[in-house]
Amino acid sequence: MPTVSMTVNGKPVSANVDARTLLVQFLRENLRLTGTHVGCDTSQCGACVVHVDGVALKSCTTFAWQVEGANVTTIEGLANGDKLHPMQEAFRENHGLQCGFCTPGMIMSAVEMVWRKGSDLDEQTIREELDGNLCRCTGYHNIVKAIHAGARAMAGDRGPAQQAAE
Amino acid sequence: MYAFEIHRPTTVRQAVNLLAKNPEAKLLAGGHSLVPVMKMRLASPSALIDLSKVEGLAGVEVGSRSVTIGAMTRHRDVARSPELHQVMPALASVPDSIGDPHVRNRGTIGGSIANNDPNADYPAACLGLGATIITNKRKIPADEYFQGMFDTALEPDEIITKVSFPIAKKAGYEKFKHPASGFALVGVFVSKRSSEIRVAVTGAGANGVFRATVFEEALKKRFHPKSLDGVTLSTDEMNSDIHAGKDYRAHLVGVMARRALAKAVAG
Ligand SMILES: Cc1cc2nc3c(=O)[nH]c(=O)nc-3n(C[C@H](O)[C@H](O)[C@H](O)COP(=O)(O)OP(=O)(O)OC[C@H]3O[C@@H](n4cnc5c(N)ncnc54)[C@H](O)[C@@H]3O)c2cc1C
Ligand code: FES
Ligand code: FES
Repeated sequence: MPTVSMTVNGKPVSANVDARTLLVQFLRENLRLTGTHVGCDTSQCGACVVHVDGVALKSCTTFAWQVEGANVTTIEGLANGDKLHPMQEAFRENHGLQCGFCTPGMIMSAVEMVWRKGSDLDEQTIREELDGNLCRCTGYHNIVKAIHAGARAMAGDRGPAQQAAE
Repeated sequence: MYAFEIHRPTTVRQAVNLLAKNPEAKLLAGGHSLVPVMKMRLASPSALIDLSKVEGLAGVEVGSRSVTIGAMTRHRDVARSPELHQVMPALASVPDSIGDPHVRNRGTIGGSIANNDPNADYPAACLGLGATIITNKRKIPADEYFQGMFDTALEPDEIITKVSFPIAKKAGYEKFKHPASGFALVGVFVSKRSSEIRVAVTGAGANGVFRATVFEEALKKRFHPKSLDGVTLSTDEMNSDIHAGKDYRAHLVGVMARRALAKAVAG
């Protein structure tokens, strides 16, 4: 069984896992970080999106060993102590969730969207960029509103991947 | 998913040796075609040979007459290459139309072309530009490389290292997305490079990506959407499934070709 080591939400972690272990299983079952969800398990819904070195990816379509040595951030690692991340705050403020199942993936995707596209996002851009995230409660209207507001609140935050490239 | 071993080579030579030693092994690039089919047990490789640590396989290089893209270059990095946008925005638009942002963050050109899904976008760009697929062994012209649905000229121990695209001054890609999957129900890539005209179609054919030669002939007089007026594609070679019938697909090819041409002649 391969040993995998990575940093998750700032903490170094390491475990022996079967090669088949998906990143989402590693996060949920080994680390008990159950905020990252599995909606479809067929790479379509985006409920499992996490950041790996500042890049959003579907953790149900990535083996844990593929991100060996990486810096992983899950929804649990986004807030600063008791202070919600501006995107989380915007979802709360704009009622951007109904049952909440898709929300962790929506928020992780939204944060990376701002890193890639900037903080001044129009509705069409937000809707196009949400192509990989499904909400079964179909609450898209408020999700889009929340991302619009959250993006503005994130102005100036260009993300780790962009910073590293500079 | 069935159990498998993992190998993480750092050179193409190591990867080739591993592949030769493990006939049941498969290469792993972005994993966004392979992992889903492994989950469904439609693929059960004995080992995965991960290409992500192999040096020198990623990057976009723009020369004076061609653009070379490393096999492990992610869709996102091709779509965002400023140099590519300058010389051939039509090619940059192809990975930008693939899947969703998360898929584009992981998927690679090499994986897409090796997989040769009949609804994938890159095969249309390769055939539509007359690209050359470069492997550890040889250079394969796109016209010989794509051999039907999920079928290519690749041998079992062959690895794509890069793809070289000649720069065409006039080129355009237009895709009618399947509304649920995002894959091309029909996608058409057109290009004109001196006297060479190419019209490549993905999604529509019963046997994968193909060149619409009747359109190419019609465009020889003038490379313009109007030249396709009254020209229709035979429905014989079209695919038909629950998403669209032969007639509908053949019609869509005409519509997408005109739109791609309009883009190409606009600049
Ligand atoms: C939700 C979703 C939506 C998608 N939408 C689209 C779409 O709209 N259009 C589209 O075109 N694609 C789409 N895709 C497919 C996506 O583009 C894949 O990333 C791509 O087809 C495969 O690339 P990969 O790097 O992930 O390859 P992998 O999955 O790692 O590998 C695919 C195959 O190629 C082989 N392989 C990989 N690299 C090489 C190499 N260098 N040499 C030889 N063989 C190699 C592997 O062994 C495997 O058999 C979608 C995928 C998903 C999950
Ligand atoms: S659970 Fe990963 S995309 Fe749906
Ligand atoms: S809030 Fe219920 S799935 Fe989106």
